[in-house]
Amino acid sequence: MHSFGYRLNALLTFAVTILALMCGMASLSDNLNTPSSSAEIQIMNINWFQKQPQGNDEVSLTMNISADLQSLFTWNTKQVFIFVAAEYETPKNSLNQVSLWDAIIPAKEHAKFWIHTSNKYRFVDQGNNLRGKKFNLTLHWHVMPKTGKMFADKLVMTGYSLPEEYR
Amino acid sequence: MGWIGDTVDSFKSIQIRQLLTQAVSLGMIVTSALIIWKALMCITGSESPVVVVLSGSMEPGFKRGDILFLHMSKDPIRAGEIVVFNVDGREIPIVHRVIKVHEREDTGEVDVLTKGDNNYGDDRLLYAQGQLWLQRHHIMGRAVGFLPYVGWVTIIMTEKPIIKYILIGALGLLVITSKD
Repeated sequence: MHSFGYRLNALLTFAVTILALMCGMASLSDNLNTPSSSAEIQIMNINWFQKQPQGNDEVSLTMNISADLQSLFTWNTKQVFIFVAAEYETPKNSLNQVSLWDAIIPAKEHAKFWIHTSNKYRFVDQGNNLRGKKFNLTLHWHVMPKTGKMFADKLVMTGYSLPEEYR
Repeated sequence: MGWIGDTVDSFKSIQIRQLLTQAVSLGMIVTSALIIWKALMCITGSESPVVVVLSGSMEPGFKRGDILFLHMSKDPIRAGEIVVFNVDGREIPIVHRVIKVHEREDTGEVDVLTKGDNNYGDDRLLYAQGQLWLQRHHIMGRAVGFLPYVGWVTIIMTEKPIIKYILIGALGLLVITSKD
């Protein structure tokens, strides 16, 4: 009953249970944090705007992105993944989400930033509906924990539009 | 002869009743594991509720050997979510992030493009020849939770099968020779 094997087994089971409990509590403690984030995106320039040979509209633009996401970080946060997506409606599609730029914030010190960038991923429509199109720019963030549940949220910024003519 | 003799004696002393009890308790362990797995399948709605990350394409978020908990709900797929998908002609599912979504007005079908956080380009090179978008039926689930390192156990066992057999053998011997 009290052999070496049994004691080892009991010790291992106990250790694993405690570890699992601690992971669970670390993940639950994220709920105590109520983040308040702010962000602003300005479109500085439409670099070019054309119809691809395949018939899809494509646009290249330059943005100014500034954000303060420091409040997202807790002791259980490994990193925050952020991206800016253009979101719009077309007659064919009820929702189009096109990711334009993304980044990984590894630590709280880097969570307040300002960047001037052109789109990292191609802004291509399914079809040619982009002329004069009104769209939203949304800053999404996904909080990756050291362990446990992942969180995501976003800030929607409205009132952007593309030019009426290709250039 | 001491230790070997004892072991042989313990084999000899096995009664039919004891053998049956051990078979039943072994069966209980196997079935309860199966029950937990199937229950997880029902709760999460995903055919594999837990996956092990096998590549470094999502680093530094997910490393090789981390495990992910999946959930498959009716909710529409949106950009930014981390999904697990199967590409036609590839056996191993891939865990990557959605970067583009186009959802049809009339049918509600979605066209999805994915990319690994640590990869330079999007996933069109990984898809089947000529495939530009993923559809709903390719996607097995979205990642909702994360646990580091635990997946190494399965990685080691699949890559070094000998360790798996030793482990199973040792456990089996323990069950057979234990006396209560």
